[in-house]
Amino acid sequence: MDFGFTEEQEMLRTSARDFLTTECPADLVKEMAEDQQGYKPDMWAKIAELGWMGLAFPEQYEGMGMTFLDLAVLLEEMGRAVLPGPFFSSVVEAGFAVLEAGSEEQKKEILSKIATGEAIATLAVTEPSASYEASAIAVTAKGEGDGYVIDGTKLFVDNAHIADYIIVAARTKEGGKPEEGITLFVVEGKAPGITTTLLKTISGSKQCEVIFDKVKVPKANVLGDVDKGWPVVDKVIEKAAVAKCAEMVGGAQAALDMSVAYAKERVQFGKPIGAFQAIQHHCANMLIDVDSSRFLTYQAAWKVSEGMEATMEVSMAKAWVNEAYRRVTQLGHQIHGGIGFCMDHDMPLYFKAAKTGESLFGTSDWHREKVAQELGL
Amino acid sequence: MDFSFKPEQEAYRQEIRDFIKKELPPGFEAGVGGHVESDEEWKIARSMTKKLAQKGWLNIAWPKEYGGQNNHMFSVILNEEMNYWCAPGLDFGGVGMLAPALMAHGNEEQKKEHLAKIAAGDVVWCQGWSEPEAGSDLPNLKTRAVEDGDDYVINGQKVWTSLAHHADWCFLLVKTDPEAQPKHRGITFILVDFKTPGITVSPLVTMSKERSFSEVFYDNVRVPKKNVVGQVNGGFKVAMTAAGFERSGIYRIALALRNVDRLIEWAKRPQPDGTVPAKDPVVRQKLADLYIRGRIARLLAYRVAWLQTQGAEPEWEASIARVFGSEFQQYAGHTGASLQGMYGMLMRDSKWADPECNMALQSILGIGATIAAGTSEVQRNAIALRGLGLPRG
Amino acid sequence: MDLDFTEEQDMLRNSARDFLSTECDKATVREIEEGEDGYSPEIWRKTAELGWQGLMIPEEYDGMGMGLMDLLVVFEEIGRNILPSPFLATVALGAPPIVEAGPEEMKKDILPKIAAGEAILTLALTEPSAGYSPDCIELKAEAKGDNFVLNGTKLFVEYASAADHMVVVARTKSGGDPADCITLFLVDSNSQGIKIEPFATTGTDKQCEVVFDNVSVPKSAVIGQVDKGWPIVEKTLKIATVAKLAEMCGGMQAVLDMSVAYAKERVQYGRPIGSYQAIQHMLADMFIRVFTSKNILYEAAWMAAEGMDCDAKLSTAKAWCNEAYKKVAEDGVQVHGAIGTTRDHDMGLYYRRAMAAFPTFGDTGDHREVVAQSLGL
Repeated sequence: MDFGFTEEQEMLRTSARDFLTTECPADLVKEMAEDQQGYKPDMWAKIAELGWMGLAFPEQYEGMGMTFLDLAVLLEEMGRAVLPGPFFSSVVEAGFAVLEAGSEEQKKEILSKIATGEAIATLAVTEPSASYEASAIAVTAKGEGDGYVIDGTKLFVDNAHIADYIIVAARTKEGGKPEEGITLFVVEGKAPGITTTLLKTISGSKQCEVIFDKVKVPKANVLGDVDKGWPVVDKVIEKAAVAKCAEMVGGAQAALDMSVAYAKERVQFGKPIGAFQAIQHHCANMLIDVDSSRFLTYQAAWKVSEGMEATMEVSMAKAWVNEAYRRVTQLGHQIHGGIGFCMDHDMPLYFKAAKTGESLFGTSDWHREKVAQELGL
Repeated sequence: MDFSFKPEQEAYRQEIRDFIKKELPPGFEAGVGGHVESDEEWKIARSMTKKLAQKGWLNIAWPKEYGGQNNHMFSVILNEEMNYWCAPGLDFGGVGMLAPALMAHGNEEQKKEHLAKIAAGDVVWCQGWSEPEAGSDLPNLKTRAVEDGDDYVINGQKVWTSLAHHADWCFLLVKTDPEAQPKHRGITFILVDFKTPGITVSPLVTMSKERSFSEVFYDNVRVPKKNVVGQVNGGFKVAMTAAGFERSGIYRIALALRNVDRLIEWAKRPQPDGTVPAKDPVVRQKLADLYIRGRIARLLAYRVAWLQTQGAEPEWEASIARVFGSEFQQYAGHTGASLQGMYGMLMRDSKWADPECNMALQSILGIGATIAAGTSEVQRNAIALRGLGLPRG
Repeated sequence: MDLDFTEEQDMLRNSARDFLSTECDKATVREIEEGEDGYSPEIWRKTAELGWQGLMIPEEYDGMGMGLMDLLVVFEEIGRNILPSPFLATVALGAPPIVEAGPEEMKKDILPKIAAGEAILTLALTEPSAGYSPDCIELKAEAKGDNFVLNGTKLFVEYASAADHMVVVARTKSGGDPADCITLFLVDSNSQGIKIEPFATTGTDKQCEVVFDNVSVPKSAVIGQVDKGWPIVEKTLKIATVAKLAEMCGGMQAVLDMSVAYAKERVQYGRPIGSYQAIQHMLADMFIRVFTSKNILYEAAWMAAEGMDCDAKLSTAKAWCNEAYKKVAEDGVQVHGAIGTTRDHDMGLYYRRAMAAFPTFGDTGDHREVVAQSLGL
């Protein structure tokens, strides 16, 4: 057993932190929360130049051929900076779907474009039922001529409003088990018949409603095998869950660091508030939460990275991290007192990120149910 | 022992509900403690204040000699109902804090000049206490008042002043003796006309995107000495009277109870996929737990109110009620948002947000609950030291 | 609103406290716990002399004719001091059904004996299914001539080993409304066919298995009407729950008092540990738990005493106090450090009782479900 990171991973972490500290200050994050697009194209281009989009894509698709675990390290730093923009939806949600199920042609086209920053992408799975169960897929894709016609509404699709590619999970066959009869399609973001509406979220994350009204998709745009799309979705959601955990761990660490620093400098009653045992124990509890979250996350990420069965570990991680991140930000706010309640303080960014992350790719209750199932209960 | 309300108290509660139904525009909802944002909303809030004053309800807890009805319980019931139904108009600062301080420590001239106007809802008061360096450690305040003839000249900065941008007057805590030890012995309580030159109000935006508080800068503000309430350097005692009048904390609890009730109704409604959250055993347990906490919080608040009607000055009981109530509000806020899953991310004005039950904002507001007006840590200190007699560190 | 106890109740409390601290100090508690009977006949006699056994028995049957709030006061003191005895079993479980619905002959016969301390009773309700609803009752009572014949097994019958009589909850009709097929019988413990076996339990409260093998009881042993016994059980459980809650609150208070006292005297690092904020805040939290528990108990008990609809409120109280006592007991041990984990220390007496009280008359989950149902969920 080796709990250490490799030298390359440490270098990746350091360089990512340096870059993001300079290029992604808190003011930018706050600005992007209110901005329609939600990202700065010039920063996007710089990130692409660093090779980050394609970090975990094979080299033949303009990727760096690094591992999922390496990506987790990078995502931690992105979470620490609360990086706004379509990195996660493009790389993790859409990218891994294409990587998992795409034809050679599709991978060449789509992954390369994501890797170079040319294309923004996302994955449309959830619908108004807001569920990650196969039975929740009601958007239909009916065979018509030499392609399919997609009808229905997707909800909570990240960055759909700016996506060039939307990977859509739609039902191609009724009857039988709900896991059967779902197909993944690569749909152009601005295809005729698509109406995208930006939802107003607590953190300003760009979740969208996407209405498909007789959207025509050619056969060539089927991703993977017809009717056999659900196992791919399942796998991608699992990866996305642990990737989100990595982001959340980074955010939690930032909240902790900020709070400890504040506790050392803020003086009340003639001494730093960090000299009061109540505050000390708050910080200790935050550290316990961050540390345990990091361990669970990397345990799951490692297994995913190694291609091992990881359903149990992923669910354990997401169930735990959801609540740990919220606890950490709550205590972070408590330590900062009134000043943290101001919009222009950084702590609200983390609290809001926590409240956002906790429901994406599975709530704690949903993941605990999965753990129970894995335990044979 | 008797946990029931008297028939006249129940009748009053119903009267208040009828009043709110009649006077408040349908669907209008104020924020925590009756906070409103826009100018139109402020107009409505002001008109509600006037209507409450006309009914004699605004100052119903005041002693009879000052025009009140000496009815503390009625006041708490009013507070509960107004906040449960999210109706603005109550005047916590003027009616609930400054007026009791004037009654106990003010001189006749001050009482004559201010009390009637407060009772009539004619004046907006704000509370100038906290500073950037004086949060929990209020005696550490630095806003300085220096004698100059018949006046004090005030320089400094206050923060977390609610209603400052609408205020006519402010009850301010200033340092008149920076050398005093302990620090609280150098503080004076003084009334400031907000039209006085030198006052700059700078609204703060909270993480809930509300402009409920301001920074207020005092730059050579000249205030007559006769505006000092009580003794010079004896202001801390006056402040404690102001803070001690209404200690039930029911307003936060009422808001949280409303949230829990809304969540319960939400859980009964079929979701877009036809499923009903109330059928999920995990949801049932969590909602039942929230409800249980809410009943206890409310009971504690009324207990404090009842103690005050008995003439007692609840100390640790009030701290317990405060901690429990604020932590309940916080817990209800973030648990409610979590229960709503992805919908819990949506702000109230978003497409697809549940118009009847939106917990995203509530989860944010919950953050402030355990910080404002005495942090949970400070409350626990009080419980430990004064309630249990534990030795100081 | 009036949240004070009456002067008489305060006097009752003081005298109960004095009596218990004199007659049943902790050494005596341990002696009784180690002993065969699980109670002290001498203390039993003395409490009868004080009128405790007859506290809620009407005066016409030699009882004190007092109410539930008065009973609560006594039980709080019992919980605070600890008194291992069949007091709750007799007063809150065995006697109430008879007072409520016993035939006049039975009342005249047994109630004065109970009041005089000459009869120990208990309620044989739960079975191996360990539930408190009518469909959990499988023990059969079949009419045979002038008698009923009882067959079945009861489990967790408190102090059956000491009881002269048991009120047995039996099924006299199968099918249909589960609440319309239960009959209560007053059964002599010495009846042929009864086998009683006490268990060693955390609460050292003589929980027993009672096997009924063709136990014949006369028709005159029926309490209330045949088939209509369940409402009597429900009423009894209200009283028993209030008694148990009062015991729990008294126990919580004792733990708090003990812990505060210890924190003031125990010196480490040159000062009393109670001067450390972590300990102060832990004790403050314990105080909050005790205080909230008492308040909700008093409200629930008052409603029950007034005959108001109070199922949801009692469940509110039990759900709350279960968690509160458990945590207070855990924290109590924590404050005491290692010494709190020793057998000799009094903390253990309370900790075990907190654990035992948790599922008695319903655990937290059960009671939250009652609350959920009352809300129409």
